[in-house]
Amino acid sequence: MGAKTTTDGATGSRWLTLEGLLPVAIAALIFAWLAQAIPAVGAGEVVRYSWDWVPSLGIALSFLIDGLSLTFGLLITGIGALVFLYASKYMQGHAHLARFMLFLVLFMASMLGLVLADNLLTLFVFWELTTITSYLLIGFDHATAKARRSALQALLLTGTGGLALLAGFILIGTVTGTFELSEIRAQGDVLQEHALYLPILILVLAGAFTKSAQFPFHFWLPNAMAAPTPVSAYLHSATMVKAGVYLMARMHPNLGGTEIWLWTLTIFGAFTAVFASFMALKQTDLKQSLAYTTLMALGTLTLFLASDIGYAITAAMTFLIVHSLYKATLFLVVGVIDHETGTRDVDRLGGLARAMPVTAFAAAIAALSMSGIPPFIGFISKEIKYAAALGVESEPVFVIGAVLLANALMLAVAAVVAFSPFWRNKHLAAELSPHEGPWQMLMGPVILATLGAIFGVFPSLLAASLVNPGVAAILGPEAEPAKLKLWAGVNLPLILSIVTIALGIAIYIYSRPMRAALQAMGERLVNFDRGWDRVLDGLKWLAAWQTDLIQSGVLRRYLFITFLTLLIGIGGTIIAKDALSVTVAWPDLLLKHWVVVALIVAGAMLTLTTSSRIAAIAGLGAVGIGVALIFIIFGAPDVAITQLLVETLVVVLFGVAALKLPRLDDSGRKTHRPLDALLAVGVGAIVTVVLLMVTAGPLDRRLTTYFEETSWPEAFGRNIVNVILVDFRALDTFGEIAVVVIAALGAYALLKGRKQDDPR
Amino acid sequence: MNSIILLAGTRLLVALLLVFSIYMLLRGHNTPGGGFIGGLIGATGFVVYAIACGTETARSALRVAPEKIAMVGLGIALFAGVMAAFFGDGFFTGQWLFIGETEDDKGLPLSSVLVFDVGVYLVVLGSILTICFALEEAV
Repeated sequence: MGAKTTTDGATGSRWLTLEGLLPVAIAALIFAWLAQAIPAVGAGEVVRYSWDWVPSLGIALSFLIDGLSLTFGLLITGIGALVFLYASKYMQGHAHLARFMLFLVLFMASMLGLVLADNLLTLFVFWELTTITSYLLIGFDHATAKARRSALQALLLTGTGGLALLAGFILIGTVTGTFELSEIRAQGDVLQEHALYLPILILVLAGAFTKSAQFPFHFWLPNAMAAPTPVSAYLHSATMVKAGVYLMARMHPNLGGTEIWLWTLTIFGAFTAVFASFMALKQTDLKQSLAYTTLMALGTLTLFLASDIGYAITAAMTFLIVHSLYKATLFLVVGVIDHETGTRDVDRLGGLARAMPVTAFAAAIAALSMSGIPPFIGFISKEIKYAAALGVESEPVFVIGAVLLANALMLAVAAVVAFSPFWRNKHLAAELSPHEGPWQMLMGPVILATLGAIFGVFPSLLAASLVNPGVAAILGPEAEPAKLKLWAGVNLPLILSIVTIALGIAIYIYSRPMRAALQAMGERLVNFDRGWDRVLDGLKWLAAWQTDLIQSGVLRRYLFITFLTLLIGIGGTIIAKDALSVTVAWPDLLLKHWVVVALIVAGAMLTLTTSSRIAAIAGLGAVGIGVALIFIIFGAPDVAITQLLVETLVVVLFGVAALKLPRLDDSGRKTHRPLDALLAVGVGAIVTVVLLMVTAGPLDRRLTTYFEETSWPEAFGRNIVNVILVDFRALDTFGEIAVVVIAALGAYALLKGRKQDDPR
Repeated sequence: MNSIILLAGTRLLVALLLVFSIYMLLRGHNTPGGGFIGGLIGATGFVVYAIACGTETARSALRVAPEKIAMVGLGIALFAGVMAAFFGDGFFTGQWLFIGETEDDKGLPLSSVLVFDVGVYLVVLGSILTICFALEEAV
């Protein structure tokens, strides 16, 4: 997305369109509505709304506002409003601006539903909706193959995770007997002690890890940067990818607190964080670099959610907010740079600060917060992270090592992203001609960056309103959150901070040689993205192979396999159940019955022996009419009429088709005949046996009696067959006639399609 | 097929079959018949016509493309099911209107069930003619 659509930001009023303004207003209104709940939630209240949705399945449309969901809700709507404003300008002049904004608003609504849901299945529905809207947004630029591929990759990966999540939720529902999160929570440690705990944990974490792009499912996130920048800023840094983190935080009381939870999250989180930081340094594209730092943040959040100590959860909650603020800012800044210069290659950019002072200002503050430099909120967040790492139950040295390395690399990346383009002395290529972005695109970065600074100086604002209620929502009201302080005295975290800063600066200075080394190394490592392609190719190959195997295109083989399956299925069941009990008695038949039987037998024999197709068709017709006669004799006129009419039409159809078919005595088919005959006799025998067994027992007449009794009083019809068809079983009939239409259209397409292929 | 007997017979038969098909459709609720059978009879009429006079003539006599008839029929059947929603009942619950109802006589019954059966009639008629005409044209 390097298109410079309209670079003259000053031309005023065209952005004031419905599709530009309405989304901003919606997001801002929801933000304001949520914000008024801050005092109540801060005081420990929990607001709950519930409506019945599918009561028979225990699914309610219930929403819960507590510290955790409120924090997420405010981030989603607040950053949403700013991103929408930004997007209305960024995408101005795009032919599908309205569509783009609609997708964004739909995404926001899904995400809000996800974090506010108090019912596991409601949560799951919104979870899938975020997957779908994210697919639409990543693939928005659908004319390019890369966007399509990235969108599909994200959809398949997160969708697979979503399926696992659904399975996990259903297991939770069977264990606890409810899908309401608040009720599950009230049950205490039921899940952790249940035998199904491990499968539940694996399934739920599979959902969370794919959504939040934890290693080894990380590769879709950097690819998702194919989306327009506002999408990257909103979905793939501030909100959607946090859905997995949200889920882990939400399930923390129910699934957390065990050894396996602690170690799984610690190891995956730590590895993702460090791995992603190195990858971030490797990139030259600013957006790619930021994408990997998002992975690092997600890894860090996972790492801290592993623990149950107050410090760790406080660290997670604080970092969650801090990261959203600075990462959205930086993405938006990169978007401004891209929009105004046409490139985001860090090697081509430099000295932009003079031309874009406001952007440079926002970028600098966000980067300082990201690097953890005082007095910004990022510093406090980093201090808490170190304090928490010192106290975790798993392995403090390991956690501190991972966090320290990730933070130092983060500082270096922050410098690369926010310092190099603006302050580095570099002569810009003339065609870039940078200038400041329009105000709509600056408002977001400036507000978000400034918030980072304000919270840094007054951390208690954040602590009282969001962090502490959030910690209480995860750990319970009696939990003790860590205090957010700018100056906590000279202690171990402070020393670690100083080490981080020194290490980070060193990495930045040597970033170019390091990048070269990493790129060289990256060539030799396993490439997950390419591996993904191979998996998809394998899947396609498998599909092609089995289609070739099953779909031979030879009608005779289809029929043979179908009837063989019938024979083996029924025969096998009878033998396996040892159910064979046939008593053959001489039937008590009248002359008219014998005539019908003779007609059917004669028709069948004619069909078998004749070498003329027309004769065979006539023989088959005789069989059909014989069957219709049986229906008439035994009092089923409706069925008989239908049978007669269908028989007539079939003869006509066959008669027409016969003109095109090869002769019956064609030598190729002779070789199949013995085998076909064997199968036919077998199927005939097995069906006879089944019929004899069925009629041997007493018929269950309950349904028949019901229909006989209710047909007239309730459905006002005396013809039971018809009443069943159009009233009692109308839905079935509807399905059947739908099949009839589809079959007709299929036949039509085949016949007409063939005609075009071979113009005669 | 150029047979004068068939051609002459067809004129009578087609009209009879079509009237009979409607008759079967309408009486179906109480006596043998119904949308399915009616549709089959109606289709038979047009098939006979197509055999005698060619599919092109039959198509123009039908006026509307058979595949469209089938689709419209499916839509009517669906509508009959959805109709119940307007009265607060479950999907496909029959809705009845008795015109001129007295103590011991139900009068003229009209129902969503009949609408559904008309849908079935059109689906069957349209589907069979779609296949038949296409097949005859392909050969």
